[in-house]
Amino acid sequence: MSLSDTFKGLTKSAHAVSGLGERIGDLPRVSRWSLIALFIFSLYLMPWWPEVPVLGWLVDTPGTSFEGVITDKVVIYVLVALGLNVVVGLAGLLDLGYVGFYAIGAYVVGILSSQHANLPWLVCVPIAVIVSMIAGVILGTPTLRLRGDYLAIVTLGFGEIIRISANNADWLGGSRGISKIAKPPNIGPLKFGVLDAKPYFFLGLTVIIITVFFLRRLENSRVGRAWNAVREDEDAAELMGVPTFKFKLWAFAIGAAIGGLAGTLYAGKVRFINPSNFPLQLSILFIAAVVLGGTGNMWGAVIGGAVVGWMPERFRGFADKRVFVFGVALVLVMVFRPQGLIPRKIRKERWLANWKQRESEGGEVARG
Amino acid sequence: MADAILSVNNVTMQFGGVTALSDVNFAIERGEILGLIGPNGAGKTTCFNVITGVYAATSGSVTFDNQPLAGLKRFQITKRGIARTFQNIRLFPDMTAVENVMVGADANHKTSVGGALLGSRRHHREEREGRDRAMELLTFMGIADRAADAARNLPYGYQRRLEIARALATGPKLLCLDEPAAGFTPAEKQELMDLIRKIRAQGYTVLLIEHDMSLVMGVTDRIVVLDFGKVIATGSPADVQNNPDVIAAYLGVPDDAA
Repeated sequence: MSLSDTFKGLTKSAHAVSGLGERIGDLPRVSRWSLIALFIFSLYLMPWWPEVPVLGWLVDTPGTSFEGVITDKVVIYVLVALGLNVVVGLAGLLDLGYVGFYAIGAYVVGILSSQHANLPWLVCVPIAVIVSMIAGVILGTPTLRLRGDYLAIVTLGFGEIIRISANNADWLGGSRGISKIAKPPNIGPLKFGVLDAKPYFFLGLTVIIITVFFLRRLENSRVGRAWNAVREDEDAAELMGVPTFKFKLWAFAIGAAIGGLAGTLYAGKVRFINPSNFPLQLSILFIAAVVLGGTGNMWGAVIGGAVVGWMPERFRGFADKRVFVFGVALVLVMVFRPQGLIPRKIRKERWLANWKQRESEGGEVARG
Repeated sequence: MADAILSVNNVTMQFGGVTALSDVNFAIERGEILGLIGPNGAGKTTCFNVITGVYAATSGSVTFDNQPLAGLKRFQITKRGIARTFQNIRLFPDMTAVENVMVGADANHKTSVGGALLGSRRHHREEREGRDRAMELLTFMGIADRAADAARNLPYGYQRRLEIARALATGPKLLCLDEPAAGFTPAEKQELMDLIRKIRAQGYTVLLIEHDMSLVMGVTDRIVVLDFGKVIATGSPADVQNNPDVIAAYLGVPDDAA
């Protein structure tokens, strides 16, 4: 398959997806929900996608297990992109050290389930999320007074500090890392083992769906508006009564919590972590996922994370040139869709239509 | 002035060696429309920025509703009841008109992350209130027909009026307008004058910075004139118009008279 074909397919499907959301939104409630349910169901079938005729040829990753790619890469990257999108896309704070929170999530699970205690994975997860969140607040409190490039540089340093500290601290396993990390508990027929990656995928997908559900609530609330206002014009926002510092800190904390959550999934799956799993390069790749998908658009973040996770594996056929091909693909996407695959859209206010209708009805009543 | 809503007391503002405001005193009475005028660089916008907390005065104080404003954060000053517009329009360009106004209305709301995540009753009530208030204000300003458009795509006159709507949404006692008629045609200026009067009729106090003399003279109750950071005249539009110092500041002084 030629590169330009892949690319054309990519943009075309991106167009389709971005238009689709609106059309689905206009459907009556029942059909809308059944379509959404059908869509989610098909996502759960993703491990079997390579067996579908055309789709299979498009998505399959020759040379690696597709199941492995979607669990180890796609799920993790999508979750991370969702979290980073809150910080970078919604609140407009450029965070180049996001891998730090991801590492903290993974390390907390490692410490509590293997290195220093024997807590089950499920107990470690909430602790890890809270610790990541606190780390976000600790990083944010002094640094969120900075803006733009300055904030980016400080966060860049943070990511490196976490990695290097883990490398040098013996109680964190030093450069040898932590092994024998607890795995998620078996749920009914889902056995979390070494051979079958599917249970991990189902778990990850479920976590993503829950995250999307809550993020949507935040986006469509005072909180989301405050974040957008800060991104658009921080001074004007503050003068319109938005406590900007508080909401920036929230963005950092929520982003960090989701990054940490992704780290716990990663640790539970690979069961062995060391500092070299969390390089600066990963932070950059996470940013690339958000920007590629469409900064500030949650669905963009999902697509961006999936593409960035999946594409290098899809290009395994190019052997040692695959990273180069991946880079060229990223550049092409940015040339042809500079706003990302699914750009941020002006929110269509569904209630506004009702309001207008109410207004005109009210007018008629008054006249009648 | 027993019923001053805002008083500026001996305010001096220095930037390094430049004195932008020196010992400025004036007060705004509840319910009036006060004009703040002066030639370019007289310190009008600096004065605005001191009042709204963008700058901390080098010395002197600002009292609002009998409470000093010193030490308050900018958003806290807004919540106390001072709202403003900007000389250069500063809307949230990628947000819709109605969202812009809702950001202002959120100044009175308490929902935070917890309430939004759980979909609390207060969250729903405040969202509804915010929408209704926003649409009410857009209608009041005559721009409700473009409520769903991004602020960046609105015509210039709409953007100016949207800024006023957003400021009103914060529920101010004092509305500060920084050159709201800049770039307006005479017809639009006339409309704006009517709007400002309508706003005052609703019980707001208005502080107006404006270059356009016909507008200032037509709509204000009193005028404060600044020149080189000093108050050179205060009084009714007619008094100020005939004040020799004001005429000198605007038109210059002949050499032999100096």
